[in-house]
This record gives sequence, C-alpha cells and structure tokens, in this order.
Amino acid sequence: MTPTISPNPIEDLNALLTFPFMVNALEAGTIVAVLAAVVGWYMVLRRQTFAGHTLSVMAFPGAAGAALAGLPTTLGYYLACGGAALLMRGARSSPGLGSPGRGSGAETATIATVQTVGLAAGYLFLSLNHAVLGGTETLLFGTFLGVSRGQVLALLLVAIAALAVVALATRPLLLETIDPEVARARGLPVAALDLGFLLVLALAVAATSQITGALLVFALLVAPPAAAQQLTMRPGLGLVLSIVFALVVVWLGLGVAYFSIYPVGFYVTSFAFALYLAARLWHATARRCAGPRSA
Amino acid sequence: MTTTEPSTTEATTAAELTNASVRLGGKRVFSDVGLTVGRGQFVAVLGPNGAGKSTLMRAILGLLPLESGEVTVLGRPPAQARAAIGYLPQRHAFDSSTRIRGIDLVRLGIDGTRWGVPVALTGAARERRRAESGRVGEVIETVGATGYAHRAIGELSGGEQQRLLIAQALVRSPQLLILDEPLDSLDLPNQASVAALLRRICSSEGVSVLLVAHDANPLLGYLDHVIYMAGGRATSGSVDEVITSAKLSELYGTPIEVLRTADGRLVVVGQPEAPHYHGARHEHDHPHDHDHVHD
Amino acid sequence: MFAHDFVRNAYLAGTFIALGCGVVGWFVVLRGQLFAGDALTHVAFVGAVAAAVVGLDERVGLFVLTLAVAGGMGALGRRGQADDIVIGTVFAWILGIGVLLLAVLATSPNGGTGIAAANTLFGSIYSLTPGGSRLAAAIGLVVSAGVLLALRPLLLTTLDSELASVRGVPARALGVGFLALLAVVTAESTQAVGALLLLGLLAAPAGAAHQLTARPYRGLALSALIAVTAMWGGLALSYEIAALPPSSAIIGIAGAGYVAATLFARARRHR
Repeated sequence: MTPTISPNPIEDLNALLTFPFMVNALEAGTIVAVLAAVVGWYMVLRRQTFAGHTLSVMAFPGAAGAALAGLPTTLGYYLACGGAALLMRGARSSPGLGSPGRGSGAETATIATVQTVGLAAGYLFLSLNHAVLGGTETLLFGTFLGVSRGQVLALLLVAIAALAVVALATRPLLLETIDPEVARARGLPVAALDLGFLLVLALAVAATSQITGALLVFALLVAPPAAAQQLTMRPGLGLVLSIVFALVVVWLGLGVAYFSIYPVGFYVTSFAFALYLAARLWHATARRCAGPRSA
Repeated sequence: MTTTEPSTTEATTAAELTNASVRLGGKRVFSDVGLTVGRGQFVAVLGPNGAGKSTLMRAILGLLPLESGEVTVLGRPPAQARAAIGYLPQRHAFDSSTRIRGIDLVRLGIDGTRWGVPVALTGAARERRRAESGRVGEVIETVGATGYAHRAIGELSGGEQQRLLIAQALVRSPQLLILDEPLDSLDLPNQASVAALLRRICSSEGVSVLLVAHDANPLLGYLDHVIYMAGGRATSGSVDEVITSAKLSELYGTPIEVLRTADGRLVVVGQPEAPHYHGARHEHDHPHDHDHVHD
Repeated sequence: MFAHDFVRNAYLAGTFIALGCGVVGWFVVLRGQLFAGDALTHVAFVGAVAAAVVGLDERVGLFVLTLAVAGGMGALGRRGQADDIVIGTVFAWILGIGVLLLAVLATSPNGGTGIAAANTLFGSIYSLTPGGSRLAAAIGLVVSAGVLLALRPLLLTTLDSELASVRGVPARALGVGFLALLAVVTAESTQAVGALLLLGLLAAPAGAAHQLTARPYRGLALSALIAVTAMWGGLALSYEIAALPPSSAIIGIAGAGYVAATLFARARRHR
C-alpha cells in the first residue's frame, strides 16, 4: 500500500498533496520547524541543550497524566513542560558563556532529576491507566501523519506567541546570554529573562513534541541551529539559516517518509544529523583554506 | 551619542564614597571606607583576595546596598548614573567554542538593553543604526582590536578578549569606567599593554577609570592614586604613600614589609592568609568551584 | 517478601547496581557529564532494540552500542569530554535509528515488542533470572571497584587538570576509561531501572551527596548509600503497592532524596 515514487518529482508532490493528512502534516511541520529553529538557535547559544532535552521528555508524563486525569492531551503537554521549566528555574548548564562550558554539577543534577522523576511519573500514570506501550511509542517518537486541522491552528497560535516574545526580547536576551554580569549591571532583569526563555523553550518543545514525539524534538531543536552556527556567527544570518535548514529537514523528511514504510522520525533525525555533519565539515575545511585567520 | 544630563557632567568627582560599610550574608565585608575618584583620574583599588574589593565595586554600581555611609557617582545616586558608567566585571575567559564575534559583543554594549524587534524600519532608525555602527568601529579602533574584531571571541587570547570587553564598556561614551580585576588572567606583556591602553583612554577620552587589582605593579606609573583594602578597612593616597611598610602594617594590624626590587617593582611580604570569603561575586557559583579536596 | 525467588534476585542485582550507579554517578556529576550520561542511557535503549532486530540477546546490543558511543565521545572531546551540542546531535540521530529499528522489529518475526520495549525503557527488575541477577551484581561490584581503584587520579584530573598532566596522569585515557565504566553501568542498570530512568539513579543520589558535602570520600559513600536506600525503598514499596512500578518507586525516592538534600543544604547556608 506504500505509494511508489515516480521519476517526476512534481507529480509525486501533487500526489502527496491530494491527501489532507499530508497537507496538515506539512503545515504543522513547517510551523514547528520555524519555531524550533528560532528557539533552538538561542538554546544552542545558551548551552541549554540538556534543559531542552529534559523539557521535551516532559511531554511524556504530560500526555500520560492528562490521559489518566481525563484532560485533553495537549493541555497535559503544555502543563508538564511549563511546570518542569519552573522547576528548573533557570538552572543552566553554565552561568553565561563567559565561564567554563562544563556543566555545573548542581544545576545539571537538578535537570537530570526533574527529567527522570517526570518520566517515572509518566510510567506510573501509564500503568495506572493500564495503557499499552503502543500509545507510548507515538508519544515518544511522534507521528507527523495524525495531525488534525485543529492541531495545526493551535500550533500556529502558539508559534506566533512564542516567536513574538523572542523577537521583542532579542537583544536583551543576547546580552544576557553572552554576559549576564554586564546585563545585570545595566539593569536588565536577568532572572526574569532566564525564566522567560525557559518557558518559551517549554512552549516550543510542547508544541513540537506533538509532531515529532518527545524524544525526537531534539533533532529540530539542536541540529539545524547548530549547523547554522557552524556556518556563521552573525545572529541575524544565523537565525535565517537555522530556519531554512529546519524547513529543508522537515519537508524532505516528510516527503521521503511518504513514499517509504519507515517512520518519519527516522528520516527527520537522519537528515538533520547529515546537515549538521555537512556544516561541520564545511566549517573545518573553510578554516583550513583560510589559514589561521578563520571566518 | 549618549544623553548625559547636565548634572553629571558638572559633578566634580566621578565617584565618591564616604564612611561606607557593607554587610553580606551576615558578615561585614568592610566598614568606614572612603574613596574619591576625581574627574579624569586613574585610580586602583588594591588588596589581597577576599578583602572586599569586588564588593566595593558593586556598591559603587548600586548593585549592593550600603549598610551605612554614602555613595555618589557623578554627583548622583549610583542607580541614576548608570547610563554614564561602563562596567567590566571579573569573569573567566570566554569558552573556546563561543560563536559570537567581538564586534557583535561590542555592539551589544550599545543596544543590548533595547527591547523590541531589531529591525530598522524608519529612516530615523536606520540613521541611528548607522551612527551606532560607526561608534562601534571607532571604539574598537581605540582599543586596537580592529584586526580581530570579526573573529569568534572564543578563539581570541585573553588580552584580545579583554580589549574587546573594554571596547564594549566604552561604546556608550561613559564618564566613569569601572573594571574588576581586568589584568588578573593576562600574561605580563598583555598586562602592560592593557594598563597602558587604560591610561591612554583615561587621558584622551577624558574617562575616569576605577579598577580593582591585586597587584599594583603593572599599573605603576599610570595611577593617580590608590585605595588599599585589607582587614575590612581601607586607606588611600598615592602609590608611594600607601604601599609602604608602615601604612600597610597599620592597615593589616600585623607587621608587613614592602620591598622594592631592582627594576622598581613592589613586593608585599607578610600578608596574613586572606579569609576564604564567599562574597557576592560567588553567590551564583557552584559550591564546588571553591572547595579544596583534602585527602 | 524475601521468601520469593524473584524478590531475592531483584534485591541482589538491585543493591549492586545501585552501588555502581551511586559511585559512578558521583563522578559523573562532578565532571559535568550528566548529559553524556543521558545520551548513553538513550543509546542503550537503541542498542537493545538493535540486538532484538538481529536476533541477539538484548544485553549484547546494550553493551556494544553504549561502549561504542562512549568511546566516540571520549575520542571527540578534549580531556575525554565531548561538547554538549555534538552529544545532543549524535544522540538525536541514534534515537532516530532506534525509531527505525522499532518499526523494523514490529514487522519482523522477532516482533511482539510492546512488552520488551517497555521493559528496556522502564526496567523489569522483578523478571531477572538468578543467573542474570548474579551477573548484574558482579558487574556492579566490578564497576564500583574500578572507580575506587582509579579514585585519586580521577579526582586530580577532574579538579586540577594542569596539575594532573604535570604529574603524568593520563587525562585522556582516564576520561575514556571513565566513560567506558559509565557505559557498562548504564548497560547493566538498564535491566533494572530501564533506559529512560537510569539517569535518575546516576544523578539524584550523587546530586544529593554533592549538596551535602564537598569531601570526596564522604560524598562517594553518601551517594552510594542514598542510591542503595532508594533501591531498597523502591523495591519494598512496589512490592507492597501492586500498582506502583518498581522503577518509578526507586526513582521517586531518589528524587525525593535529592530535593531533601538541596533544601537541607540551602537552609544550612542561610543559617
């Protein structure tokens, strides 16, 4: 029953787009790609990948808990991710980039504990609900292909809100990221910025998890921005590149998965990883060609 | 470029503390400290580690309240003079994988606190942006960093990073520059050149410079006067007046000897082991950053 | 309770697995390698699935893949520690492969994986065989011994790498070796606590210990003690309450321990 790929890509694309579920998936994927690319760019710069991963994993107890309590699943996602963000309260892997990149023990231990206690709770909720693991797989690994119209709309609203917040706080966030001491001295609300960003990250993660699944959000949140940062240090250009990369990864992933029996998640993560590798390679060779003075 | 109110330019002193004492975490850090930085002067605050020098800086910046005494900056309370102060906090070197250019870092010195979407829409906004870019270039040239301002800041040497950070502090044309241990992680040649740079900035830009150091030697010949802090008290005067065996012994309360080497360097001998004090600077650090491993 | 075989096996394996996690975890927290640990635990899951697809015992996959990835991380980083972003990207990719393998497994003759996957993800300490539990105990013991043998060089290279290199301590080799030990304890503990929850046993007891004391020997002992206590408590609790899965109980207690330790330490600081 798997559609076969024909030599004509336009025909393939048209065939793909006749199905509403594919259109929904593409729209959802696009929104999620842009959101993840922008928020992820900051997350990578702020060295908060561990926090990001933990937040994404919170989707699991969120959904399981919602199912147990009879609440809508999406509500569970947002509540769990938001709650975890509050718990982690701005615990960062390193306090500002102006200090050794090694994770500070106490903060990462908090993040790790939040993650596993959350997962343990999720498992408990599942067991209490006598749920089967099959549902868990969708939770953890996502399904682009079961997206409804309503979900797409909700995603759009969340994305616009999150992106608006990030856009308005761009420069203070950047200063606080690179140099929290100076930011504090200049009167910026450092603690609020930290918490605010974590909440935006939680929002982005909760939104993205519904499509990519809790475990694979990472692919979109880390790889495209990381690749972009390999290629340029300019914030503006970096953000644009990050978005472009994320879109490419999602569209290609969805497109290829349509014609294959293998799950979308695999293609998205593989393309994302390939992109990152390519960017690193490019950066390494560009550096070698340019000599000691690198771009 | 900056809007400095008339009162700050008319003030006779850049910074003044009278009978100041600060209490942190239940402990009194220092008491009855007086300090005057005249307009266009180059002043250093010296003393052993843990004497409260950083705490003093933060009090001048208005980041800490005084338990008693008065502090004014440019004739006004510190919070009101904030726009006219350039601050360089003490920090570790930037992590080597930090992907931000020096020029962006300096730029953030101007607009890092500006909320709102970073897009110049009106003609006036574009004009301002152009003027700011000009100022950024100007100040980078003043510190001599033009050659490497476009490279990733993580790849630069300690001296180069420090120059860019000084540029960041200077970019808004402050009237008072406060630097916390700007020389401590630099090698001797860099210490000498950064000290000379600061003196040049002081004279040519008319900026008052107040810095914290634990070694006066790189600064000899540049300083207008010094404040020496030890044992919770301070004494001030010229280098020759303060860094003497008599003065320091009185300050510490134990016999101190000041020796002069053949090449004119000063060596302070006999300082008691400084108390290991967790001052304000450390309150965000992980507890383990300072603990020693005792076998 | 102890009259039952499966309970005795669980306690035997669990005790030494907790010991290993507590000891290794103390260093993982000190070295700031919790994210690497997180990645390794997820990788362990993929390893188990891969082994199932090929028809091998899942433990083979567990050990092989975690050791391979640990080696990679050690090789890529300086001092045997890799960059967070590299770790994140690589492990997202490996998880993607895991998704693929799960799909393959579902359609293969070895399929029927709902339960098996759940066990790998969330642990199945009560279904250990006597031989399996003895092996787990032995591995836990060996890993703990390994860390203790290398204790001083490891401490030195973690806290003061310059001094360590001056004294001839091989930082990179130690770093890689440590990651290998982490991989082994990860692979082994997956059976007890599951891939997804394992990080909790590594992080929470160690985190609690670090909050309470900065002294290495005390910290190590405390970390091991808290881990083992969480294990025993969790096992006992889940035995009494049928609806409570053992791994959830164990991690819940460990997490509570961490919170308690943090609050206590904070109160002590403000006195």
